[in-house]
Amino acid sequence: MLLAALAALLVAFPLFAGSYALSVATLILYFAYTGQAWNVMTGFAGQLSLGHSLYVGVGAYAAGALFYHYGIGPWAGLWIAILLCVLMGAIIGFLAFRFGISGVYFALLTIAFAEFARIGFDHLDWLGGPGGMFLKVAQRDQIDLLNFRGPPVMYYYAMLAFAGGAFALCAWLLRSRAGYYWQAIREDEEAARSLGIDAFRWKMLAVAISSAMTAVSGVFFAFYYNNLFPEQIFSINRSIELILGPVIGGLGTLFGPILGAAVLTLLSDGLTELLAALGWEIPGFKQVFYGVVLLLVVMFLPNGIWPALAKRLGIDDASNR
Amino acid sequence: MTWDLVANVVVAGVLTGLVYGLMALGLSVIFGVVRVVNFAHGEMMTIAMYSAVLIFAALKLDPFLVLLPVAGAFFVFGYVLQTGVINPFITRPEHTQFMLLIAVAIIMTNALLMLFGPEARSVQVDYQLESFELGGVLLDKARLYAASAAVVAAVLLFAFFRFTLTGKSIRACADNYLGARIVGLNVKHLYGLTFGLGAACVAVAGCAMVLLVDVTPSLGPYYTLLAFVIVIVGGLGSMTGALLGGVLIGVSEALAGLFIAPSAKSMFSFGLLILVLLLRPQGLFGKRS
Repeated sequence: MLLAALAALLVAFPLFAGSYALSVATLILYFAYTGQAWNVMTGFAGQLSLGHSLYVGVGAYAAGALFYHYGIGPWAGLWIAILLCVLMGAIIGFLAFRFGISGVYFALLTIAFAEFARIGFDHLDWLGGPGGMFLKVAQRDQIDLLNFRGPPVMYYYAMLAFAGGAFALCAWLLRSRAGYYWQAIREDEEAARSLGIDAFRWKMLAVAISSAMTAVSGVFFAFYYNNLFPEQIFSINRSIELILGPVIGGLGTLFGPILGAAVLTLLSDGLTELLAALGWEIPGFKQVFYGVVLLLVVMFLPNGIWPALAKRLGIDDASNR
Repeated sequence: MTWDLVANVVVAGVLTGLVYGLMALGLSVIFGVVRVVNFAHGEMMTIAMYSAVLIFAALKLDPFLVLLPVAGAFFVFGYVLQTGVINPFITRPEHTQFMLLIAVAIIMTNALLMLFGPEARSVQVDYQLESFELGGVLLDKARLYAASAAVVAAVLLFAFFRFTLTGKSIRACADNYLGARIVGLNVKHLYGLTFGLGAACVAVAGCAMVLLVDVTPSLGPYYTLLAFVIVIVGGLGSMTGALLGGVLIGVSEALAGLFIAPSAKSMFSFGLLILVLLLRPQGLFGKRS
């Protein structure tokens, strides 16, 4: 019921929102979607990835390069991007899980791969290297769905569809056999294995789904912002930015990534406005604020905002532990 | 390309690597005892470097002279951080600890950015351009002094853990948390001391490093990753491993910078990290647990 009202509100949103509000809403949906993707791997299956920028970057560059060099539109490029990212995820997952790497070491392995890619892409001249790759800028007045070019409202609806789809997919996954196995593995892998769960297989599935979903986020990024720099897209700061939403909202919950993305984006935009109004445009201030919010949430609401909020509101959400 | 050049580069790599090693030693000690991964390690290093730069700018004091007071301040800071913020987290899930220290790291890096801006800062002393010659190989004075300070600090730390009662108690906590509590050790206090010592290592490394490179706020995450690479390559928890890992990374970075491109140098470190994680996860010098 509440969900239907929220969906209706989001669909109707562009009718009364200005262009600034629309861009903020698109950003919120983007972070909600990407947070949801990361949540599958870390929140559901318990495999801490701190290198998700790898999938965003590879996805963005794959679709971007096909469009830039060959004029192949993103709807075809999307599948190549997904394929490449799943392949990358499968390689990392296979190596890590076969060699028994978990916890801290797994997280560091994901960072290492993302950093490796960042420096590697910096030296690939075919993709523009450190100078970046620029896609032809959109005609803002007409909608060219085939090449995913159009006015901001098109991107808003596209992101809304992706975020809605991801939410539905995650809700289904969480109640599926895979979801229960993941949660068992997350809570105690040894116990799960002793019950006959093939932990390797299910962890690989989580990595594959998560990397495929993140690839889509990368493709969207490429065609929404139209410029790609390895320094930015593969940076560890980007990986951390992507996971702040789900962590603050509630790791492993369905609504956590959405709530976290909304809270963080609104706070950060509000803060930017406020600072601009006061004339205090100090670099780093916003990030310090992010850090303080993260610190407070981790210290005082270790499960995130959503579980605490849901309890207060009396909402029984099966995804809460 | 002559052998002299290669030899010079290797020697410089070894000396820089010893300073890296001391920095990584701090991380290794903290992880080995407290079992918390200090994601703010490189950020602490940049704070130490800024301290040295600022003191130099204000009082014209050589970074080697302020090394001890800065290390002392860092020890206190580390103790307070551990006992005040991190201790309640030692029994919480790993990812929560990660997030806590990532938050600390974000605050540190960007606070430096807010206070000092993105420009590079450095220290100029007259012996930075001088060098000793040893059989055709040039040893930069600053680099040699920095490496010596790192080795002295590492030896002192090693002796502390080996010969003092407090050091032995800390090792007891690392070996068996429950056992240490049963025999009546104040584990939280000892954890605080450990984090303080790790922070002091970083302070010494930072004061020494400021003579070799310029400092910017964005160096923090880079040093954090570098420290992780070194510690994992050398073996988490192994003290000699951290120093030798530092030398290995220092030399490989220097050679990659010479033969390929300076910008590609850390790619080798990360490649090495991936290989070591997969083939010998306990590290080159670590013991299998």
